[in-house]
Amino acid sequence: VPIDILLVEDNEGDARLLGEVLSEINKDVRLHVATDGLEAIAFLRYQGTHLDAPRPDLILLDLHMPKMDGLEVLARVKTDPWLATIPIIVLTSSHSEMDIVQSYKLMANCYLAKPAELKQFESLVRSLNDFWLTKVTLRKERQAAGAV
Amino acid sequence: VLARREIGEDAMAIQILLVEDSPGDVRLTKEAFREVDPSIQVNVANDGVEAMEFLRREGAYVHAPRPDFILLDLNMPKMDGREVLIRLKADPGLKTLPTFILTTSRDARDIIRSYELQANCYLCKPVELDAFEKLVRSINDFWLTTVELPRPNLNN
Repeated sequence: VPIDILLVEDNEGDARLLGEVLSEINKDVRLHVATDGLEAIAFLRYQGTHLDAPRPDLILLDLHMPKMDGLEVLARVKTDPWLATIPIIVLTSSHSEMDIVQSYKLMANCYLAKPAELKQFESLVRSLNDFWLTKVTLRKERQAAGAV
Repeated sequence: VLARREIGEDAMAIQILLVEDSPGDVRLTKEAFREVDPSIQVNVANDGVEAMEFLRREGAYVHAPRPDFILLDLNMPKMDGREVLIRLKADPGLKTLPTFILTTSRDARDIIRSYELQANCYLCKPVELDAFEKLVRSINDFWLTTVELPRPNLNN
């Protein structure tokens, strides 16, 4: 069963790096990239070119982006009853205490600060994969359809 | 990196609140965390009412520490896990506390409801001891060494 992850990241290099590291660790992941907050919302609401977008099992969200930043995306997703159940992992280079607290207040499911070094970044992705993609029970659409 | 382990383990022991009514499961969870890191303090509340008293430092819990995260069972007497979640997430002082559902239930309705109520994640308790120990190890590796947890002094 593929795991659909929406990565919201404006830096192309960062997006590619994450895609490479993650695909080495977990072959089941299908990574979709939105390059800013507006595109992320369009993806989640099947708008524009995203008519056939899957509902992601997980969102990886950068904070500082053009057009619409990550905190605004968080606020919108977590106040939308249809989208609020999708876990959001903030993944940012910001170590700011304000960003951390603000993210948790807006109901981010967890906050990860991206380390600058590649080795540490790889071990972060490994830890993320081990917890979120192998231990956590994510909401599954097929199960959900039967339950609602 | 500000991950929990790097901000002064000596000054502040890692505190977990386990909300669980089964004595066997409490013992098992405590042992698994001790195995991973003996300095982790596992505080126990036996039902939702006790959990809220602990978190609000009421009654016998005046000196209770603020936990780094909460492991919350769903089905318990007096006040169940869903009710605890609702109260936590409606309380400005407690809503940022990471709360993980840890239950034997695999019912899709329980899973969806927990995410609707903004549980940080949903964990099905494995029956096999070995798998349970791996789960505890993964919680430790991820939440205590990788994640940036909200700092208590900035929460209120």
